[in-house]
Order: sequence, then structure tokens, then C-alpha cells
Amino acid sequence: MFNVDFEDTIVAIATPNAIGAIGVIRVSGKESLNIVNSIFEGKNLLAQKSHTIHLGKLVAANEIIDEVLVSLFIAPNSYTKENVVEISCHGSPYILNRVIELLLEKGCRLARAGEFTQRAYLNGRFDLSQAEAVADLIASDSQAAHKIAMQQMRGGITHKLAELRQSLIEFTALIELELDFGEEDVEFANREKLISLLHAIKDEIYRLSSSFKFGNAIKTGVPVAIVGKPNAGKSTLLNILVQEERAIVSDIAGTTRDTIEETLTIEGILFRFIDTAGLRDTTDVIEKIGVERSKETIQKAQIVLYLYDSSQENKTEVVQALNVIPKDKKVIVLANKHDITQDAIIQNETSTDWIAISAKENTGIQTLKDLLLQKVLEDNNTTQDAIVITNQRHYEALQLSEQAIDNVLAGLQQQISSDFISQDLKTALRHLGSITGSIDVDKDILATIFGKFCIGK
Amino acid sequence: MFQQYDVIVVGAGHAGCEAAVAAAKMGSKVLLATMNMQTIAQMSCNPAMGGVAKGQILREIDAMGGYSGIVTDKTMIQFRMLNQSKGPAMWSPRAQSDRMQFHLTWREMLENTPNIDFWQDMVRELLVEDGRVCGVRTGMGMEIRSKAVVLTNGTFLNGIIHIGEKQFGGGRAGEKASKGITEQLVALGFESGRMKTGTPPRIDGRSLDYSKMEVQDGDTEIVGFSFKNIEKPKEQRCCWITNTNDTVHEILKTGFEKSPMFQGRIQGLGPRYCPSIEDKINRFADKDRHQIFVEPEGRNTVEIYVNGFSTSLPEDVQYKALTQIPGFEKAKMFRPGYAIEYDYFPPTQLNLSLETKLIKNLFFAGQINGTTGYEEAAAQGMMAGINAHRVIREEEAVVLKRSEAYIGVLIDDLVNKGTEEPYRMFTSRAEFRILLRQDNADLRLTELSHKIGFAEQERMDRVNDKRKATDEIIQFIKEYSVEPSDVDAYLTTQGTTPLMHKMKLEKIISRPQIGILDLLEHVPVLKAHLGAYEKEFLEQAEISIKYEGYIQKEYDQVQKMDKIENVRLKPDFDYMALPSLSIEARQKLTKLKPLTLGQASRISGVSPADISVLMVYLGR
Repeated sequence: MFNVDFEDTIVAIATPNAIGAIGVIRVSGKESLNIVNSIFEGKNLLAQKSHTIHLGKLVAANEIIDEVLVSLFIAPNSYTKENVVEISCHGSPYILNRVIELLLEKGCRLARAGEFTQRAYLNGRFDLSQAEAVADLIASDSQAAHKIAMQQMRGGITHKLAELRQSLIEFTALIELELDFGEEDVEFANREKLISLLHAIKDEIYRLSSSFKFGNAIKTGVPVAIVGKPNAGKSTLLNILVQEERAIVSDIAGTTRDTIEETLTIEGILFRFIDTAGLRDTTDVIEKIGVERSKETIQKAQIVLYLYDSSQENKTEVVQALNVIPKDKKVIVLANKHDITQDAIIQNETSTDWIAISAKENTGIQTLKDLLLQKVLEDNNTTQDAIVITNQRHYEALQLSEQAIDNVLAGLQQQISSDFISQDLKTALRHLGSITGSIDVDKDILATIFGKFCIGK
Repeated sequence: MFQQYDVIVVGAGHAGCEAAVAAAKMGSKVLLATMNMQTIAQMSCNPAMGGVAKGQILREIDAMGGYSGIVTDKTMIQFRMLNQSKGPAMWSPRAQSDRMQFHLTWREMLENTPNIDFWQDMVRELLVEDGRVCGVRTGMGMEIRSKAVVLTNGTFLNGIIHIGEKQFGGGRAGEKASKGITEQLVALGFESGRMKTGTPPRIDGRSLDYSKMEVQDGDTEIVGFSFKNIEKPKEQRCCWITNTNDTVHEILKTGFEKSPMFQGRIQGLGPRYCPSIEDKINRFADKDRHQIFVEPEGRNTVEIYVNGFSTSLPEDVQYKALTQIPGFEKAKMFRPGYAIEYDYFPPTQLNLSLETKLIKNLFFAGQINGTTGYEEAAAQGMMAGINAHRVIREEEAVVLKRSEAYIGVLIDDLVNKGTEEPYRMFTSRAEFRILLRQDNADLRLTELSHKIGFAEQERMDRVNDKRKATDEIIQFIKEYSVEPSDVDAYLTTQGTTPLMHKMKLEKIISRPQIGILDLLEHVPVLKAHLGAYEKEFLEQAEISIKYEGYIQKEYDQVQKMDKIENVRLKPDFDYMALPSLSIEARQKLTKLKPLTLGQASRISGVSPADISVLMVYLGR
């Protein structure tokens, strides 16, 4: 089954998916104002006029994602002739993807290739003579998207998903067998096995979805926090780390926002040093905005660099400080000013990596870089045939599949009849199929039934 | 000697009969031409109607005003509602019919339908002028003129019957095959193919030992197929179940070297879901037994249909194997099973109205389109009859949507996807299974049929009553609150939590353990409010409430699908001129000429991107 929906609210990043000063996200559709308003902290957007721009914050569960400018274009005075909201964020791919994720959660759908233009056309923006150009655009965009998808699939996604989908199809076939051939001498789907299979599939989906976060990290940068007491040498460290990377520091001049990012690329992987605004000043984070703020920074990070002055602090103090860092964060402890202390570092003092550096003398920095890289690579905990989902569309399909599988599990728990359960199963199959390119779910199910079971009188 | 007819229906099987009824009841002058008036509505295979998905189709035919449901109700010898342990969408009525009574009752109903004439003769040729059919020429050389023709030739076109190494021409056991039409159609540009189906041996019931078999009784309450109140039989007959075993399989294997299937003498593809017994043994070698359903052919005959034992092995092998089945030790055979090969025309050559794309006013219905099953055939016949009537009045074709009826799924699948093996309906083919239930076929279809002049007023009145009553019941259930003291005792016996406070009746009805009819029986205060309503209406309301979430989810999907479903495409649209379409899409669209964007989207090889491109060209 295939749907083209003219009334969904669609969203996409309108600027190239790369690091730039500003990234624009475009939302179009009936609900676009409502959806954006629901995550916007500032004026009530619903009460604003068309063609106005508003400053505010995008907020998800009390976390400020970014400070943004929102432009409103109210139907029919917009590109698509629908309600359109354009959100200008900071140009970090990480932020852009976070915002997209949030909008999807709130009910948007990712736009298909060329869909904004298509809507614009269908709503009468262009005349017929431009139809061909629009059609070509859609076709070529879709080819490009297809090519990208295919490339990604060669990496193993199709294979893994096809496997996943096949086990679901067999399960669904069993259910369908019960429904269509229940009068005959057929085997019945063992509900307990089904439940454990569903959980196995959910685990798999979870693994793939988390790999999206990893994949995204590769694309959009691994968030790293540098914390430590005042005067531990954090700003010096930051300067040394990003020195040679000046060219891609996306410092937006003239702003006072605290989301300015310093970035560093190690062997193709992008690291973003978050909340470094304070570090750039002479005063340190903890000093300036307090412990709470420091905790928030740690929360956002994937890797935490804890820097201490080995000439001032003793290790017991450091270990205590480390205790406040959540367990799921990867921590590297840096004993700074090693040039002064020459203190011996005992590697296995804690499970945390503990290295000695001298920010001033630029020693130990390469070790740190190697360690950062290692932390990211080990994060993708599967080995060489690791599958990384980097495509937002695939991610969305996985999420929808998971939702459908949750419905199946709920249905099984309530002992609801399998014809209803099958409805959700097929939904899951359709979403998984939208990634692997196999959409004719019913045909696949019937083929499995006929191939595997002796049915028919 | 013939008047000018509006519609000539060729063939009087299940498709032909329904086609004649539909066209005639709507007001067309109809001639029903059949090779043999003694075999009108013959049940060539299993003497049963309905079953999973097929029962739903039968209810839909009835809701439209067709006769199959009524004839089945009048002639059934056993009724069962299958799948009752599952959700309401799976409930499927099935009946064992009296084969002879079925034929006689159909014939009687046809004879009592004004506007239908009969002619017993073989139709050899179509009369075609300027790309439009205008009558038929018969074996006796008569020319009969009409404005439209519905072909329902079943398995008769160049039919060949196979039993072991023997083969002979025939459309059914003991009946001649029909020749000429395929050759003419191919000459006119149609593509034809071969298909295969089979049937089991018939046995003398007096020679069986039923004590060795398991009895299968009918339901105590007969729901039936027709939404009209048809008197049901008072007494039912039982069926029996037995099993094959290793010895049976070993004997059957000795016939494999003479099997027309395995030796390649049969070219046509048979249905995978209706395999012959030799096919089952061959493909599922690890299964040491297969179920055999022993079904009486009627009330007043000893003839038995051995369901599950379809075969085309040599008759002596069939016989020897049969006698090794428990209860069949002394079996006497009336006639052996056989396989039959016949011509069909890939249904992608049809419009959704079932009119052929090549010849105007010519319609195909039933096995000629590659389907199998009485119900599938009858459904197509009815739709072809309706649309033959309408096309000659230049009225728009009636096309049921996939979200409206299994009949819509059936025809949409045939026309858009085609079929390589005989097509049978399964509930899993329908994406809106929960909406397409047997209990609401009348709510889905009667009004539409009444509007086009097919379903009679009486049916419409009944549907209006059902709607009104169901709405009233639902409203009551949603508004009424139940006192714990009134229901707690009953809830406890049903294994569901008693109430702490007053609770909306809706919430109680929503519990899976609770059935509305039983609830009324045990809670007098509810019975006082709702007891006056008919059972059918109460159940309808219950389904709406219990499964509201799931039903709503499907409605939402229907609405989404309708948006592209309703976008029209011109049949003469030049797809080849659109370079933005993929090459495969251009070819398939040119060949299949879909009438709507939705239809185009279901053609294999047409991608979502192609659909987007088409939308752009369609403009707004």
C-alpha cells in the first residue's frame, strides 16, 4: 500500500548538510505553526502575522536545543502555499538533526525528495510549462537519494534489515495462516515464542537505532565536555586541541550565545567541544556559572575530559569529583601540568582512562587524541561488520517499526485476537520494507505461507 | 428468431448466473446462453459455499442484491461460522450445499427473474464491429445480436481433462469443451494462457465406515448468508474428518511416473493453496498424514466428496490409495478425481469494470480471468453484469474500492497485478480487513447498489433500520453508567475485575472477556434497556465499540489512500513522452493504462517517485 499524503506536515533541512554559520529547517503543512509553536519558547507564534521573524529558544524536555530565529509564512503566502515555518538555527549538523528529530516526534514527517517543490506546484505556484522541470527535479532527487541509500546498504543495512524483516514475515505468515487456514490442520503460532522473537527484533531495532546516533555522531560530531576546577588549564587545553583546526571553528562573531562550538577532526571523526564559551574567557565554567551548569554540560556530552592540576590536587579529590559524572559517559582524566610534577600516573587506578599531559608544553596531546578516537570507535561496540544507520529516513522507519511492534506486544498481552495484531505487524513490515525497498508485504506473506506450509484441501 | 438483446451472458456457472441477474434486475434484456441447461450453477468441485474470505465475498454479493447467498441459504445442509474464536473480521460463514438443490434453486430463481431468456447452445464466436462487440454466433450457426457480451466460460475453453496417462477434451467430467473463442480472441489481439485445477474422486457413501472417522457437526444457530430473512433448513447433515497415512502415500507414489503433473503433460500452473494430494506428498514429504474431509453431496444422495484428495493420478492408483484411508476400506468409487487444463486471459487486459480494453462492451468474468472459486466467480459475474448494463447506457462503471469490499480487492488485484496461478481470495490480501467484515457487508454496499437500481427497496429499508438501531445502541452504551452491584457478580464469573465505582457501560463492553449478548442475559437492568433490539444490531454496536481504535486506524488509512485513489488518469495518456518516469514505469503504465493514480501506484515497477512525477504532470 502506498500513500501520498498532501496534508501531512513535512520537514527538511533546507541548507546543505554541512557545517555552516546558519542552518535552516523548513516545515510546511497545515500543522506547521502548531508543531513549531509547541517547542518554541518565546512569543506565541499562532498569534503572529505572516512574514514576521521571531527570536526564541527551541526546547525539548527542558533542554534548550538552540536559540533560533523563526520566520512565519502563512498560507497561501508561502513557497508551498501552505503554512510554512523556517527555523534558522546555528549551523551545526548536530543541532539541525536534533531539531529535526524533535519535529518528527511532534508529528512532522520527513519530506520526500522534491516534495516541497511538488507541493508548491500542486498548490498552483508554478504554471504548467514548469511542470517538466519540477518532475525532473523529483526524479533526479529521488535517484540521488536512491544512490545514497544503495551505497549505504552495501555497508550491510539491507542485509541486516532483510534478515530482520524475514523473521517478522515468517511470524506474520504464521499468524495469517491461523487466520486464513484456521480450519485446516496447520501449525499454530506459539505466542511465547512470538513474544521472545518480537523482543529479539526490538533489540535489533534498538541496536540499529543507536547506531544511528553513532552514525550521526560521525556526521555531526561527538560532543565532548572539558570540565575541571578553575585554573586547571582548560582553556589552554582547548586552545591547543583546536589550534590547527582554526579553519573550521564556527565562531559566530558578535553573538553572545553559549552554543559556540569549537571542533576538532581526528581521522575523519568530528569532535565538538561543547559549552566552551566560558572556557574562552579567562574565568572557568564552574567558577562562572556554577556547579549546576557544569552538570548540564556533562549531560550533553558523550565524552567528558576531566582536567586537574596535578601540582595542586591529589588523586583522592579527583576520584571524588569523578563520582558525580554519570556512568554512561566516557571519561578521560587528564593530569595537567605534568611538566611540573613529573608525577607517576598509575593507569589502572580507576576504570577511567587517566593520562598525563602538559597543556603548556604540548605533551601528551597526541595520546589524548588517540584516546578520543578510540573512545568513539569502541562506542560502536560491534566489530567490523557493524551496521551504521546514518539516514534519517531509515531511522524514522525503524522508530515507526518499533512503535508498531510495541502495539503488537501490547495486543498479545491483552490477548487480543490475532487479526488485530496482524494489522500492527504489517505496519511494522511496511516500515522496514520502506528501507529495504520491498513494499509488497501481502505478497511476501502469501509466498511464505504457500512455500512453507501444506495448506488447501 | 431472436430479439436484439442488451446483454448476452455466455456460460451459466456462478459468474454467468450472477451476471444475468444483475443486468436483468437493473432492466436489461438478457440472454443467458449455456451449453447445457441441466448444469446451470453446477458446483463443479466442492459442494460448499463460503469459508474464510469467500464467506465475506458471498455476504457482499448478497448485500448488493445478487442471488448466491439466497440460493445457498435455501439449499444448505450444514452451516458453520468459522473462526469464531478470532476477531469479528475473521468470522466467516461456510455452508455445505446440496449440489442438485443448488442447481435447481438457481435455475428456478433465474426463471423467475423477468428479462432473462435462455438459449442452450455453444457460443463459438463473438460478433465484433468497429472494435465493439455486438453479439455472438453459436455452434448451430445462429447469430444473436446484443449491445454487450459477458464471457464466463469457466474451464471450458479448450479444456483438457487428465487422469493418469489418459487425456481427453472436456470442460467438466462428462461435458464437452468449448472451442473457437480463444482462437478468435487471440486473433483479435488478446493474450491467452493456460491454467490447471483439479478435483477429488466421488465415493459411494454407503461403502464408508463412519465409525472410524471424526464427526464434524454444523452450528446450532444458522446465521446464513443473506441479509434477507431466508428460511433455513431445520435439520443439518454432518461431515466427517479422517486422515491419510504412510501406506496411502506409498501407494500414491507408485503412480507418480504416470502423473500428468510430474511428467510435464500439464503445462498450466495450478494453485499452490489448493494442491493435489500427490503435490502435498511430494512437496511436504515430512508430513506423515494429511486431513481428509468427507462431505455429503446432498440430502438425498449417497454421493460423497473426498475433500483434500484432489488428484490426477491413474484411477486404479487413486482407488487403491483411498482404500487405505481409515473408514474407506470398502470404498466404492463413483468417479475418479481429475485435473483440468483450460485457457484463461491474463486479467491485466481488463478495465476495473471488467470490460476488456481491446473490445468495447465485452466483459470477462470468472475463471476466464484466472480466478478459482465459486464466490470469486460469482462476484466478478455480478460486477460484469452491472457494468454491462451501465456501459450500454453510457453510465459510469461501478468500481468497488479496496476499502469497500473484498470484491474491490479481488478485481483491483486481478486488473493491476494480474495472476500467474489461479487466484483465490484470502483475508490477508485485503489491507482493510477489519473494515471488510461479513457482519457489515450490507452497511458497506447496499446503499450503493440501491442507488444504481440493483438492490431492492426492501434491502435498503433493512439497512436503514440497522443503522438507526446500531446508532441508538452505541449512544446508550456510551452514555449509560453501570452500578457495581448490577454487574460485579457477572464480571467475576467472566474472570474480569469487578467495579469499584460506577463505570461507563462502554468501558465494560470494551473488555475482551465480555460479550454484549451474554451480558444482557445476566444483567436485568441492561436487558430492560437494550433487550428489545435485534441480536444482529446489538452485535454490530458491540463490534463498533470494542474495536473502535483499530477500526478508526483503518479508516484513517483509507482516507489517506483515497487521496491518490481519486486522482483520475486518462487512458490515452502518453507515458512514453515523460522522460522523468523510469523506463519500467513508462512501459507498464502504457500497457496497463490505469484509470486512477491509486491504481497506478499498485502496478509493480511503478515507484513512489514515479507517482510523484505523475502528480506533477496531472497538475492540480
